[in-house]
Amino acid sequence: MEQLVQQLVNGLLIGLVYSLLAIGLTLIWGVMNVLNFAHGEFLMIGMFMSYWLYALAGVDPLFSIPVNAVALFLLGMFIYRYIISKVMQGPALAQLVVTFGISIFIANFAALIWTPNFRSIEHTLLSGTWDISGIKLSIPKFVTSIGSVVTSCGVFWFLRNTRTGKAILAVEMDREAALIMGINTDRINSLSFGIGSALVGVAGALLATHYYIYPFVGGTFGLTCFCIVALGGFGSIEGAFIAGILVGVVQTLGGYIFNPAYKLAIVFAMYLITVWIRPQGLRGW
Amino acid sequence: MVLAVCAMILALGVSHAPAQQKVIKIGALYPLTGNLAATGMDCKRGADLAVEIINGKFDLNLPFAKDEGIPNLGEAKIEIIYADTKGEPKNGLAEAERLITQEKVVALIGAYQSAVTKTASQAAERLKIPYVCSDSSSPTLTERDFKYFFRVSPHDGTMARNQFEFLKDLETKMGKKIKTVAIVYENTEFGANVAKMQKQYAKEFGYEVVADLAYAANASDVTSEVGKIMSAKPDVVMHAAYITDAILFTKTFKEMNLVPQGFLTMAGYVESDYLPTVKSDGNYFLVRSTFALDLAKKKPMVGQVAELYQKKYNIPMGENTARSFSAPFVLADAFNRAKSTDPEAVVKALLETNIPGDQIINPWKGIQFDPKSHQNIHASAMLVQILDQAYYTVWPFDAASRDAVWPFPPWKDRK
Repeated sequence: MEQLVQQLVNGLLIGLVYSLLAIGLTLIWGVMNVLNFAHGEFLMIGMFMSYWLYALAGVDPLFSIPVNAVALFLLGMFIYRYIISKVMQGPALAQLVVTFGISIFIANFAALIWTPNFRSIEHTLLSGTWDISGIKLSIPKFVTSIGSVVTSCGVFWFLRNTRTGKAILAVEMDREAALIMGINTDRINSLSFGIGSALVGVAGALLATHYYIYPFVGGTFGLTCFCIVALGGFGSIEGAFIAGILVGVVQTLGGYIFNPAYKLAIVFAMYLITVWIRPQGLRGW
Repeated sequence: MVLAVCAMILALGVSHAPAQQKVIKIGALYPLTGNLAATGMDCKRGADLAVEIINGKFDLNLPFAKDEGIPNLGEAKIEIIYADTKGEPKNGLAEAERLITQEKVVALIGAYQSAVTKTASQAAERLKIPYVCSDSSSPTLTERDFKYFFRVSPHDGTMARNQFEFLKDLETKMGKKIKTVAIVYENTEFGANVAKMQKQYAKEFGYEVVADLAYAANASDVTSEVGKIMSAKPDVVMHAAYITDAILFTKTFKEMNLVPQGFLTMAGYVESDYLPTVKSDGNYFLVRSTFALDLAKKKPMVGQVAELYQKKYNIPMGENTARSFSAPFVLADAFNRAKSTDPEAVVKALLETNIPGDQIINPWKGIQFDPKSHQNIHASAMLVQILDQAYYTVWPFDAASRDAVWPFPPWKDRK
């Protein structure tokens, strides 16, 4: 029984990380119908930035959050402006292939300049485990999940309460109508790509507190992220948030109750059943 | 006129032929990008150093170290052509074919992951090119009775048996009480076959398997796996992992406070990146190995080679490097005795291989292949334990440089 509660807690912790990763991905898809295969590699860049700030300047990963957010925001805007926006005028297949190409390029370029070796940040402000009547709660994982909730709430608030946020939602709902209403859709595209990338930069700093860091770490989270975006409903921020938690919990509890070998199978079975009943995903339209 | 030009070209071609003979091309398959890129680089460094020693002059008691190149083939030099498998069996197959048909390599080495070696060696068998593997450990590789496939390193059947022999030794010689084991493994060719052998030997040696857990390598979270192990309360946890899961499991073992009597692990835990990443959390894990730096105490040449390696790459030599290091020597020795690179002649020479124990850096009696399976009959494993963040030989007890720490000290009592 204690193990069940423990697994539920662990599921929530990893699920909230998935949520934050998936929100960025779904935002980009919702606004411009581009599936960013390089999302995981952006995460890797975020993790490495936190690592280098720590290794070279002694900055704790928690304080590298704003640096990561700004840097990845700019990188996202840059990649949108000089690569994605060009390709968006081409066939849909080109858009799919280009982000895939970017992901391979970034991962291998990182391996070239930083070597494919594994790194980790050892002494952070957050380390150790709380023991709450037998339930083990890893402090860095706990703070990561809190950070994930705070960031996600920030995105919700921004989208609902600012002019720019509302414009992003408008473009997401109907690009042509938004264009007729005088919204600069190209600017919105570029902003969304920037924000989506910034979110994954924040996730990178949070994960760097306890996860290993290496050039191909993006792939570890990639597939799960796409599943979450589809499960939540392509383009739906709330959907991605809920689906992230759901996948985390189902994967961990399912793995514990049945057999860990089947945990991905359980997640994808849940996904298949969901799209069978609701093809648009949990919160899609 | 045309005839004259043709004749000249032919003549040039002929006169170039002996010069080209001076280089023997070997193909090497390793995961140079992807999840196991760091491992692949380790393997590559080992093979590179071996070739440097064969081609150059070194005062070492290794085959062909003292002279340049391969004597019976006019001091021919060996050149390795690398191909990246990205860690995928399908690439292993395709790259092996490409190396053989396009690059015209005369032999293959690699590919670290058993699943990849399996497909790559199928291509070599079909195209009739010798394949000398010194780094993949799945027993099935040498159960296929391939004509062109040879393995220098021990397979997981031997190593699983060695692990249980160690447990028996702990009970009989050190008075420990061990009853139950948990078998945890990544679910590809390597892990699945290790587990199969471990289950078989557990029965034979009289230990109860209380957990049998396969998991997907490259998982982002392994808390449910560790939860399962904790519920089973095993005395010993046996773990067959690659590097990513070894790191993740170590962190999760600590976080969830799993403290069995001991951890007997494989592969991922001896990667050169493991200790730098987990640091002191890696202490007290036991790993099966075919190499350790402390072998130098009994075999000074190990120290000399390790020093060369350290000088060249500025990192300490490790298990993976030591494995990939041996294949080029075995091939060079076969080329030399065959006085040719013709596949049939090389296979015949490989079957007659008899490299004595003092000419290898591993702790074996030598290298000699079984005529049917082509497995090195002298290959065996030892157990090393991580103590003070370094690997020390602790078993077989008579070869040990330090005493094994058993049981595993609780996480909370550590600094």
